Amino acid sequence: MIDKRVASLAAAVADVKDGATILCAGFGAVGMADELLEALLEQGAKNLVAVANNAGSGDRGLAALIANGRVRKVVCSYPRTDKPHAFEAAYKAGRIDLELVPQGTLSERMRCAAAGLGGFYSPVGVGTRLAEGKEVREIEGRSYVLEKPLKGDVAFCKAQKADRWGNLVYRKAARNFNPTMAMAADLTVAQVKELVELGDLDPETIVTPGIFVDRVVYVPHAK
Amino acid sequence: MSMSAAPLSRRQIAWRAAQDVADGAYVNLGIGLPTLVADFIPADREIVFHSENGVLGLGKAPAPGEADPDLINAGKGAASLLPGGSFFHHTDAFLMIRGGHVDLSLMGAFEVSVDGDLANWTTNDPHFAPGVGGAMDLAAGAREVRVLLEHTTKEGEPRLRHRCTYPLTAPSCVKRIYTNLAVIDVSAQGLLVVEMIEGMTLGALQALTEPPLTLANAWRPLLAPQL
Repeated sequence: MIDKRVASLAAAVADVKDGATILCAGFGAVGMADELLEALLEQGAKNLVAVANNAGSGDRGLAALIANGRVRKVVCSYPRTDKPHAFEAAYKAGRIDLELVPQGTLSERMRCAAAGLGGFYSPVGVGTRLAEGKEVREIEGRSYVLEKPLKGDVAFCKAQKADRWGNLVYRKAARNFNPTMAMAADLTVAQVKELVELGDLDPETIVTPGIFVDRVVYVPHAK
Repeated sequence: MSMSAAPLSRRQIAWRAAQDVADGAYVNLGIGLPTLVADFIPADREIVFHSENGVLGLGKAPAPGEADPDLINAGKGAASLLPGGSFFHHTDAFLMIRGGHVDLSLMGAFEVSVDGDLANWTTNDPHFAPGVGGAMDLAAGAREVRVLLEHTTKEGEPRLRHRCTYPLTAPSCVKRIYTNLAVIDVSAQGLLVVEMIEGMTLGALQALTEPPLTLANAWRPLLAPQL
């Protein structure tokens, strides 16, 4: 029998190791698995690399990990977003590294890892500072920069509904990075607002098939 | 409709850019000034607004108390969805941008060069961590890029440059520039003034612009309603 449900947030993050690369789904505060990230804070993992669109908002989730010195490096497209004080303080103090990646490149690099590909040539960033040091190749008259896959040790996702197989459905724009990150890590953990019986999700509307999901934890009161 | 001859306000720049958005277009609006364009699309045109966080068919900001916490726009503000709208994941949102499926990207800019190079992501200010967001994806990928900006800086320095002094977002991507003084096309022959506000002369506009300007034969006054 397949049952990916785990009993607690603590159990869901128990084996995340120091130095892990954590894919943190979400856009701003929407679609972020704050409760999983806070469970990781409790668990104590440190020296983490966080991959996220933004570098934490307010005092919750990723921002809390950063404020507590657990994050060595952030890979993101736009660190400053709504209430970025935790990241800004760490950045100004020189306590955190920043790898800036164009937003679509960030997402596609993870899709590339998920798809088992060795990289892709993108027109984005050509002729800019963010392409420095990367291979540039002309293909049919246009210049492209080689971007490499980006894989996570762990992905923390947030979904609206799941069943025990780990099939996921999202709500509105809270989908954002979740489906791509769910595919791109060795261990994918999803916190979900509703657990439903196997067969209750319409197979035509499942966005993330359970093959990509390892653990599901029920967090009904997440904002 | 009373039309102004003074420099355009920000809302008037947005109004002018909105008049050029074709019926049926899929359009991405950048954060800030370009976001205002949505308010001025002529009523007889149906436009689908794309948001980088996975939304097509973005509608107006919801009334106070009606915001849905799971429905935001690229600026992280509350948004709404029009009938026919759809949600999709981030990788597809950027596939639409990078693959040329988005017809038009309207963005703000710090500077634009005579070749249409765009600089709008960092001023190298050491006090702030840089952020690029989706700007490079849009600049390199949208089928057409147009920018909205004040013609000069607050200090009166030109923003239209021989070469951008700030780091590039993408080279040779901007096709049309809307400022508070003029509408200018980037052409193989250089910057072509297609509209300028009444009372403005090419010489006066040139004094505020670094690269040489050419006045289009069919140039017209830049007129916008009081908004």
